[in-house]
Amino acid sequence: MYNFDVERPTSIADAVQAMSKEEAQPISGGQTLIPTLKARLAAPSVLVSLTGIEEMKGVCMSDDGRLCIGGGTTHSAVAAEAAAHYPGLASVAARIGDPAVRNRGTIGGSLANNDPSACYPAAALGSGATIVTNSREIAADDYFLGMFTTALEEGEIVTEVKFPIPQASHYEKFIQPASRFPLVAVFVAKFSDGVRVAVTGASNDGVFRWTEAEEALSANFSADAVAGLKAEGDMISDLHGTAEYRAHLVGVMTKRAVAAIA
Amino acid sequence: MPKDGGIGASTKRREDVRFLTGNGRYTDDINLRGQAYVFFLRSDVAHGKLTNVDTSAAEGMDGVVKIFTGKDFEGVGSIPCGWQVTDKHGQPMQEPGHPVLAQGKVRHVGEPIAAVVAETLGQARDAAEAIVLDIEELPAVINMKDAVKDGATKVHDDLTSNLCYDWGFVEENKDAVNKAFEEAAHVTTLELVNNRLVANPMEPRVAVGDYNRSDGEHTLYTTSQNPHVIRLLMGAFVLGIPEHKLRVVAPDVGGGFGTKIFHYQEEAFCTFAAKACNRPVKWTSSRSEAFMSDAHGRDHVTKIELALDAENNFKAIRTDTYANMGAYLSTFAPSVPTWLHGILMAGNYKTPLIYVNVKAVFTNTVPVDAYRGAGRPEATYQLERLVDKAAHELGVDPIKLRRQNFITEFPYATPVAVEYDTGDYVATMDKLEEMSDLAGFAARRKESEAKGKLRGFGVNCYIEACGIAPSNLVGQLGARAGLYESATVRVNATGGLVVMTGSHSHGQGHETAFPQVIAEMIGIDASMVEIVHGDTARTPMGMGTYGSRSIAVGGSAMVRATEKIIAKAKKIASHLLEASESDIELKDGAFSVAGTDKSVAWGDVTLAAYVPHNYPLEDIEPGLEETAFYDPSNFTYPSGAYACEVELDPETGQVTIERFSAADDFGNIINPMIVSGQVHGGLAQGIGQALMENCTYDSDGQLLSASYMDYAMPRASDVPFYDVDHSCQTPCTHNPLGVKGCGEAGAIGSPPAVVNAVLDAMRSGGKDVAHIDMPVTPSRVWAAMQG
Repeated sequence: MYNFDVERPTSIADAVQAMSKEEAQPISGGQTLIPTLKARLAAPSVLVSLTGIEEMKGVCMSDDGRLCIGGGTTHSAVAAEAAAHYPGLASVAARIGDPAVRNRGTIGGSLANNDPSACYPAAALGSGATIVTNSREIAADDYFLGMFTTALEEGEIVTEVKFPIPQASHYEKFIQPASRFPLVAVFVAKFSDGVRVAVTGASNDGVFRWTEAEEALSANFSADAVAGLKAEGDMISDLHGTAEYRAHLVGVMTKRAVAAIA
Repeated sequence: MPKDGGIGASTKRREDVRFLTGNGRYTDDINLRGQAYVFFLRSDVAHGKLTNVDTSAAEGMDGVVKIFTGKDFEGVGSIPCGWQVTDKHGQPMQEPGHPVLAQGKVRHVGEPIAAVVAETLGQARDAAEAIVLDIEELPAVINMKDAVKDGATKVHDDLTSNLCYDWGFVEENKDAVNKAFEEAAHVTTLELVNNRLVANPMEPRVAVGDYNRSDGEHTLYTTSQNPHVIRLLMGAFVLGIPEHKLRVVAPDVGGGFGTKIFHYQEEAFCTFAAKACNRPVKWTSSRSEAFMSDAHGRDHVTKIELALDAENNFKAIRTDTYANMGAYLSTFAPSVPTWLHGILMAGNYKTPLIYVNVKAVFTNTVPVDAYRGAGRPEATYQLERLVDKAAHELGVDPIKLRRQNFITEFPYATPVAVEYDTGDYVATMDKLEEMSDLAGFAARRKESEAKGKLRGFGVNCYIEACGIAPSNLVGQLGARAGLYESATVRVNATGGLVVMTGSHSHGQGHETAFPQVIAEMIGIDASMVEIVHGDTARTPMGMGTYGSRSIAVGGSAMVRATEKIIAKAKKIASHLLEASESDIELKDGAFSVAGTDKSVAWGDVTLAAYVPHNYPLEDIEPGLEETAFYDPSNFTYPSGAYACEVELDPETGQVTIERFSAADDFGNIINPMIVSGQVHGGLAQGIGQALMENCTYDSDGQLLSASYMDYAMPRASDVPFYDVDHSCQTPCTHNPLGVKGCGEAGAIGSPPAVVNAVLDAMRSGGKDVAHIDMPVTPSRVWAAMQG
């Protein structure tokens, strides 16, 4: 690591203020940033820790029936506290990484980083969540802009995520054997007005909605409805799977997610 | 029932108490007063000309003690290679220099170019970033077959080509082998890759160099499997320090698997720099550095053929292998694809004619050397895959084909130079069939199919050669070292014993198993015996631990020394008992006169040896301490039969191992629990190779699998509960314990069974796939099933 200063604000307002400093970098659970710093691949002058901001933590239900999760809430807290309200989402959180990652990593950090193989982006996009920042609200459909790229502006902080709760949902994950990130994972959410299908791990464009499957499943929510479909797009090809294999897995994981619900 | 604590007892490992309670003392736990830290600036290109290394800006940075570059090592020796292979024309292999720090050129990603010694590791790293490097990139040589084509870029400009050697074995058999293929009723051909692996011991490599100006003594603390070998190689060939001024200590070592056998640049650097800086210098490898600087394993590309007659008898085997050496010759690299591979090619079968060709090739990759099994897994994999392929081509049962061709009479002289002393391959196969419940397989397959899965069953046999020996033979084969082992047994006045062994324990449990042997021989409690290892100042010159040699060779040395102790103790006892020496018997820790009730306890005799008031001083010296060096007359030949049962998800290509049975013949066994543990660990590594592990370079020589994000190690959930058995025992005939060795069997014997099982599962799903390369990843399985 290179030397840096650490700021530990206790309010969102103070965090925003701290982020205005030159070369400031927010850090939440640090599950991606700390290894990056240790490898000397980043050199912020100031790390603004978001873990001391109580108003960014916790899980609650809003009056309009959405599940609201503070941006600084850890995966393990979501796994425990969201289970009664949105079991499909709690199950996503419960299967991220390992216990150490789940006890440190946060939903805001994951969504801000938008790793193309992360789990939360699939849940947020698949649920049609709203990403709340210190300055605005962004629909998930407008938020994920590609691999490690989001609609967040410089210094903008994810303070909360609001999830509409589907009638049923399931996250089906096929892990990459080394990193245990998803090689391909699919989040399927069945709402009264239609089905959303979000795919992570597969595409060079990051998380995406598989609209063909959504249409087919909205018409007929059964595994058979997606059996003949093939995901298109710029799929990742690497040591662990070819693009063709990933495209195939998108279909298999979708089918299995649907089967788990239906 | 075995006597508690003696030979055959599953005594719990005494060393585990300190390992599991955080009280182990590893090299990184050693911190010397005034120590400085070194950071190595390593090449990030695979091949290039070093046109400039400018350290001027870095030298003035905070905390910098001294910066070293290749220039500082111009008069220093090359890292030596410990084995010279002679090629099929009778010429010695091509042997390039191997500098401590790069001289003029870099030849693989990770090669150290400069070293910064500073007050803290952070300061060393900061300064290393300020070193200005100019590297003129050259085309990288990565693919072995391309590397040996005419006109290929050379890894070493001073060599004639990238071919280290072209080895033919046995060259005189070649024509007869070719003739047998012409006359064969059936020929089975298989081309395969034995995937490159990274050993990944839990403890990364560490070196601490220390120099004492007052007496001119150097000390190196290092993570080594063989401190005496390091002392000899580094002292005599690299730094020119005589052994009496150089002490090498390898304290607790957290796993080696072969990769800690070799002498590395970092060890020589820390020893050299400690004197140059006049303070201790410490290096601890990061995991990232380990991936690009620890010697890798395997990496063979092979074509193998089997000739059979009309009755399915094996008539001849012919192989053509390319073996990757990497950019430099690591300590034992040349021996792995030759003398540890070619001599195993008969396997368990009475094939009369065998010819093995191996082309060892330099590439711009990390050096490749021995990794658990070293050459023997490569031999076993190709042979056992080939036999399975032949069985399917011929429509015969793979087990039946194996049984038909088993060697059944011992000793058996193979056509590849070695003589198996004992074995019973029918017995281990019988045991395997019983353990693996082959009769119930059809029902288990049905259950899998009901879940939409395919189920496959695969077997293989293996033969291993452990305790490579004797020294005069291996010398003829090109070894530049002896392969004996040593032990000094020191009996203290009050009866306790200290065994100073040249073997080194880095997880094998010597501290528990070795005392069991002595306890059995003398009839005392094993707790009276302490094992000392891993320090050249405390142990006699020994060759260390690798190749499953410790109990067979090191244990035998200890037995020989203990026999000398007992012989002398009997003389003392005969004096004390006033009886003839020939009438003295040692039993249960007491010496008695045969046929009488006169006896004297072990402790009385040992006390007499050191307080010789009533003692035959005119006949024997006081004291009770003996040393033995044991040089075996032959290798030992463990063998066995393994079965793997997999479930395969045809939609995803995911393979899971549902059952794994291992029937081994290790000869006599000292501690069955430790033996089972060794097999378990070996199986995990074999399964890791078969299903998950893959060290991969791109065509520019960048290491793609450079961290645990991409290099998949097996975890507990990836392996089944193993069923292991070692009740089939044909004791070794030429060592005093009748032991054979068990450390590598699991890693040698498991990959073919896994792959054979996967192909069987695919066949049951209607996909007759002739071969699939390791690691058998879901992506590869799925692709194969689309074909």
